[in-house]
Amino acid sequence: MNQHSLHYPSYFPSYFSINDILATNERVPCKFEKAAYGVGYLDPSSGSKDLEAGTKLELPCWLARALYSRRRIVSCQLPKTFKERYREILKAEASLVDLHMFSPHFYEFGQHLLPLAGPEAPILGTLLVETLRERLRSIMDTSLNSLEDEASSHTTKLDELERSLFRTGRKTFHDHRLWLSRRAHIVTTSPMVEQHNKRKFSEIS
Amino acid sequence: MLGEKALELIKELDRSKDGQLPTFNEDSIRMVLEEMTTLFEQNQRDVNATVAGDVRFFSGVHLRHAALERNKRCLLAYLYNRLERIKAMRWEFGSILPAEIRANICEPEVQWFSRYNKNLAAYMRSLGEGTGLDLTQDTKPPKNLYVEVRCLKDYGEFEIEEGDIVVLQKNTTHYLPMSHCQHLIRQGILEHVE
Repeated sequence: MNQHSLHYPSYFPSYFSINDILATNERVPCKFEKAAYGVGYLDPSSGSKDLEAGTKLELPCWLARALYSRRRIVSCQLPKTFKERYREILKAEASLVDLHMFSPHFYEFGQHLLPLAGPEAPILGTLLVETLRERLRSIMDTSLNSLEDEASSHTTKLDELERSLFRTGRKTFHDHRLWLSRRAHIVTTSPMVEQHNKRKFSEIS
Repeated sequence: MLGEKALELIKELDRSKDGQLPTFNEDSIRMVLEEMTTLFEQNQRDVNATVAGDVRFFSGVHLRHAALERNKRCLLAYLYNRLERIKAMRWEFGSILPAEIRANICEPEVQWFSRYNKNLAAYMRSLGEGTGLDLTQDTKPPKNLYVEVRCLKDYGEFEIEEGDIVVLQKNTTHYLPMSHCQHLIRQGILEHVE
């Protein structure tokens, strides 16, 4: 989670990645194709001990994937932010959308949904790529050209992946400027210490 | 929902940013472990029934197994990410951590930290053909042997190589050898002025 390394530690392949754990926790609407005995507590409204076949539940993505993978215990639908209506919004003008409201881990979650999407998987895949392509230009533009305060209104609309791109752009631009003005060698307070001192100061005052 | 407690641990880490470390959450960890024991025992019972010939339990077993794996992943990620953070702190704060952070570290982590310190020190001593090399120094290529610095805090007496003593008082400026004052700059006691 060191924000000063250029990229966040890798998402998907990393077992320990915090971002990946958070992304796989988003809900997916599922329907049980087979009855599951003894786990009725997952659906408090049913009040029974078991889950009957045909029960509809929203399960976290990690559980949905595990249940879908081999025996097709559940069948899955795409969450509504990845469905036709929202897809149309993204197709119309992706760069204006508040993607963080769609899902804070839009792209990562989307990738985890691919194996669950069935026939819609190719459409979903294209959607993810196209959305990022549409939005990237303005992300890069603001990260290189705007002041801190102006940028914050922009970053609230970005998903986590885009935010890390944004930070990377900013940091590189800053380093480049220091280098051009021959100030790159100046030793500064280490960022962690600075943060720490700031917090201590605000606690005292 | 299953795995909820474990996720809280992860969220806790996610919320605290650079240079911060939340208190080691022993209670939540214990609760997650309890949840895992319950899941495991139930699975064993159902698996025994399955072996005895009753096949309808399969879905439930599969579901609980997925939850067990998820809990395990969250716990391991919690411990691992904490260690990574403590490791990063060694390079930023130096070998002694600020008291506020030490208060949030649990005993095994303290041991790990001191062992990491020892390993790092032993490695740095072994470099440079017997003279040793401080890897935490010169993270940026130095241009001069001496630099001009301004004090940001009252620090007191500071000894430089030849036994000379400078008094570092707030808002005074000094001309000091880079190799000596670098770590004070990193700690935010001095400021490098150019």
